[in-house]
Amino acid sequence: MEIKVCGPGCASCEKTQKIVEAAIGATGVEAKLTKVTDFQEIAKLGIFSTPAVIIDGEVKSVGNVPKQADVEGWLKS
Amino acid sequence: MAPIQPADCGCTKPKSGQGKGTEMRKVNMGKAIIVGLLGFVVWYLIYKQLEPFSHFFTYSLLGLDRNSHLGGAIQFFVYDTPKVMMLLTLVVFVIGVLRSFFTQERTRKYLAGKREIAGNVMAALLGIVTPFCSCSAVPLFLGFVQAGVPLGVTFSFLIAAPMVNEIAVILLYGLLGWKVAALYLGSGLMIAMVAGWVIGRFKLEHWIEDWVQELRAAEAVVIEEKLTWSDRIEGGREAVRDIVGKVWIYVVAGIGVGAAIHGYVPEEFMAAIMGKDAWWSVPAAVVVGIPMYSNAAGIVPVVEALLGKGAALGTVLAFMMSVIALSLPEMVILRKVLKPMLIAVFIAVVGTGILFTGYLFNILI
Repeated sequence: MEIKVCGPGCASCEKTQKIVEAAIGATGVEAKLTKVTDFQEIAKLGIFSTPAVIIDGEVKSVGNVPKQADVEGWLKS
Repeated sequence: MAPIQPADCGCTKPKSGQGKGTEMRKVNMGKAIIVGLLGFVVWYLIYKQLEPFSHFFTYSLLGLDRNSHLGGAIQFFVYDTPKVMMLLTLVVFVIGVLRSFFTQERTRKYLAGKREIAGNVMAALLGIVTPFCSCSAVPLFLGFVQAGVPLGVTFSFLIAAPMVNEIAVILLYGLLGWKVAALYLGSGLMIAMVAGWVIGRFKLEHWIEDWVQELRAAEAVVIEEKLTWSDRIEGGREAVRDIVGKVWIYVVAGIGVGAAIHGYVPEEFMAAIMGKDAWWSVPAAVVVGIPMYSNAAGIVPVVEALLGKGAALGTVLAFMMSVIALSLPEMVILRKVLKPMLIAVFIAVVGTGILFTGYLFNILI
């Protein structure tokens, strides 16, 4: 499973990163987490407000910090 | 002045936080309104007691003399601190709830269909209520370009969003009175509208970085969230926790400064360099303010101190605006999407607007 967290590195982006990491730990799924910080890369993905979470190419959240329970739900499905 | 929290990013949206909120009781709109009104009545009753309480506390409980410097300073502090904190809590909460209606996606969609002038006016006004922080300036800019929002309209938004914010206005109101707050709000909006319009007139689209231009064909991913009233109220509470938790220290510091100035610092201290008669002080204030960065909460105590020591209102407001609206970190971030010439034009146009405002207030008041 490939997970991308998009964000230039502000407080909310860091929070999102931590939540996704915690969700990976809690569910125990095999996942590769990458951080996308370059605006050009982010924009190419169609993301125009940050932070955003993308799992296997599917955009799961845009412009807000997701809840850990929700992230765990995405990881399991 | 040291830069204060350059990464201070207030962009918390209603749904932040882990797990909580989902199990919150569901609230429907009618109930939300009734609870809100009751809450406001309680808030108002407490608010009305603050001044009598500060007199009771200072002059009866502590037994200080009504005419003494110390008594006056303590009464001012005991009255103003809870007053400003209560106002701040109320306004941050209301704006937090309002913001759940104005997402960046909706603002973008709305502005995309607008012409200039009407678009500039709407963009400046939306800048107040749309969630925004300096770190989201670039993605937001890209989103606006991609949606086809005119460049000048985008700039109106980018100027208004940091400059005209509820915290600055409330702190100015609490510490310096409603006239200063209204002047700041009105002139901030005017600068955003006019500067955006002027930039739009210049037709500088070719000074946006090339890769940004190619985005016009891209498709924006939008996830529409269904927010219930309990989500929106939770959003307001989240905003209060987040913003009031960060800002209270500046409020206390600001009121402390104000209380000290009340009796102790000689007035006219700054009059020679920042007074009305020093014509060059307005441009100097703008130039000094541009590279500095501070959030609105951090700068207001400084403004209060300068005014208290005899600096002219226009000069001080010009300084405050250039610190908040134009900052080096923001320029560095914007450089990724704008060519240097466009950034120069942006600084020049907004700086000129601030300069005019500064002179205008020095002449009028």
